[in-house]
Amino acid sequence: MARLTGKTALVTGAARGIGQAIALTLAKEGADVAVCDVERDWLKETEDGITAQGRNALACAADVTQADQVNAAVKTVVDEFGRIDILVNNAGITRDTFLVRMSDSDWDDVLNVNLRGTFLFTRAVTRPMMRAKSGTIVNIASIIGVIGNAGQANYAASKAGVIALTRSTAKELASRNIRANAVAPGFIQTKMTEALSPEVQQQMMQAIPMARFGTPQDVANVVLFLAGDESAFVTGQVINICGGMVTA
Amino acid sequence: MGLEDKVKEIIVDKLGVNAEQVTPEASFIEDLGADSLDTVELVMAFEEEFGAEIPDSDAEKLTTVGAVNDYLKEKGFDA
Repeated sequence: MARLTGKTALVTGAARGIGQAIALTLAKEGADVAVCDVERDWLKETEDGITAQGRNALACAADVTQADQVNAAVKTVVDEFGRIDILVNNAGITRDTFLVRMSDSDWDDVLNVNLRGTFLFTRAVTRPMMRAKSGTIVNIASIIGVIGNAGQANYAASKAGVIALTRSTAKELASRNIRANAVAPGFIQTKMTEALSPEVQQQMMQAIPMARFGTPQDVANVVLFLAGDESAFVTGQVINICGGMVTA
Repeated sequence: MGLEDKVKEIIVDKLGVNAEQVTPEASFIEDLGADSLDTVELVMAFEEEFGAEIPDSDAEKLTTVGAVNDYLKEKGFDA
């Protein structure tokens, strides 16, 4: 039997990249999956991929920085699917630049999507999960939130914030059988990392003992573990998915 | 159903206690086995049921069943 049979999931930022791989992997393992992104049209491919697995898909447009849109999205999912067993906070952006040139909006935009967005969705699912006395939350952090990176102070701060939010969520909701964990991907091949210069990519490669970049599927496989019952006693943890780039 | 019965029903439902335990003097934490998160959930349930908005500064004073009844009556939510 598939590992998530009978469960329902909500994945943010699921139109492409890591979020899409996560949504499809959860569906492949038997979950009905609601997917969320800024524009509903962007989600068509992911939606089709979920239904192709014979699972129910539900696409909703939401700006993760807007509480009313987040609350409405969660309500739609609860109304349609009856409950939310798994939340994956994946929506994230970068606005890379050196501190000396970083604008207020470079900072605010990244913190708002990556950290505030994760908070808003976490808060919105808390009530239904508390009522159900069950739930798992998986937040997509980043290895950059653990080790920092030149040119990514905003992104690093947002992802470090996601890690701290994850740990607090885990402690606060453990008594309600709600788990919260994070994954910290290293260099994963997506549209987000394609934007980096060849020199930066080369530099990154040299820091990866496994000598390859990760794939969205590498991340999705760990998220699957954290989302399901196999990780029933794991909460408040951060798992690095980085080919050995960071080992502590 | 009167206010006090409604409050009792919510407490019984949220905390899984017997209705007889829900006396006006009963303290949520000491007598009814609630933890701090339970007390937040209770306040949220009262807010939902009575359409009230209970600020945190008021909520922290609502430590017993009787305190909740008195507070809601005082705010005009008596059914």
